[in-house]
Amino acid sequence: MSDTAIIPHDVEPHPLTGMYNGKFGLWLFLASEVMLFGALFSSYVLLRTGAPEGTWPRGEEILNWKLAMLNTMFLITSSVTMVMAWAELKMNRLGKAKQMLAITFALAGAFMVVKYFEYSDKLHHYQVELVAPMMHDGHEVMRITGHNVVNKEGEDVTIEPDAHGGDANAKHAPITIERSNVKRVTTFGPAHSTFLAVYFTLTGLHGLHIVGGMVVIGYLIFAADRIWKWNHEKLINRVECTGLYWHFVDLVWIFLFPVLYLL
Amino acid sequence: MGGSSAADMQHHLKIYYRVFGALAVLTVITVVVAQVGFHQEWSIATAVAIALLVASIKGTLVACYFMHLITEKAALFWILALCALFFVVLLAVPVLTDHESMGRAANVAVPPVRLHDAAAHKGH
Repeated sequence: MSDTAIIPHDVEPHPLTGMYNGKFGLWLFLASEVMLFGALFSSYVLLRTGAPEGTWPRGEEILNWKLAMLNTMFLITSSVTMVMAWAELKMNRLGKAKQMLAITFALAGAFMVVKYFEYSDKLHHYQVELVAPMMHDGHEVMRITGHNVVNKEGEDVTIEPDAHGGDANAKHAPITIERSNVKRVTTFGPAHSTFLAVYFTLTGLHGLHIVGGMVVIGYLIFAADRIWKWNHEKLINRVECTGLYWHFVDLVWIFLFPVLYLL
Repeated sequence: MGGSSAADMQHHLKIYYRVFGALAVLTVITVVVAQVGFHQEWSIATAVAIALLVASIKGTLVACYFMHLITEKAALFWILALCALFFVVLLAVPVLTDHESMGRAANVAVPPVRLHDAAAHKGH
């Protein structure tokens, strides 16, 4: 029994859907993904509209939009290279198609490297919330942000504060805060605030999708020669389906970028 | 997709380059509009509306040209439209019905970030 007898319409279009079954299945999967990310976007909208006045920061104030813009450029470029890989296969140019897939893979890797630096920065930056205001840098403050926190139970807390005025990279000499005046010590991780919890949830899930895409693209680069020899159409279709998924991941980022980093 | 001759595909490639250019320009527009909106003190509703409009145009370009939705059968389009409708309903029902807790501190599980402190974090 041949392959086509076991799985009908795996290459030729199905008369009802107008496309091969794999592609239709991929579209249904993407529809479910819309609902997944849609639910999370809904949560974001509800939490933001429900937040007390003045407590929800503009993304730009707490996140680095320049790095996010660089990542946006990486992803839209990778979308072009992905669709070009498919077009090159359609023109029977396997070598060029593999190059395009490799560039897509590299751009996805660059996206994740930028994301690593973003996350790492947030998880190594601290905020000490005070019980009573204290003088710092000529101002009375209720919170102090900085790096290299020493926070041992029962002992006073030390922190290297950021320079006042917003430059988080410029540090001051360490200061000590009495334990009795410390309400809460936290990193700028998900536990810091509702905004950052939403940020890490949405970008974390999106990042997992990037990694998933990289695994499949990596496999296609590795197995392209073998699949091409076996059946040209199957490789073209697999690259097309992977492309559909990859463009969807790009599409999600197109909405995440302004919503989280700019508004 | 329809034909797959070299000439056809070259034509498609040209479209892909143009869409890429449009996406890059729209990304810059998104950032510029957000900056202008902040300095001009637009309301959050205006800023959100413009940002989502630009993002929707970008998303439509990706879906129509990179994902070839523009040349697929209408049935697929309607399946996705139905999906989008469900999403809008999911979004709208809680927003339109929950008048009680909007803007109240009881809605916040952890101590909120005050804008003053957020500004001190700028640059990261």
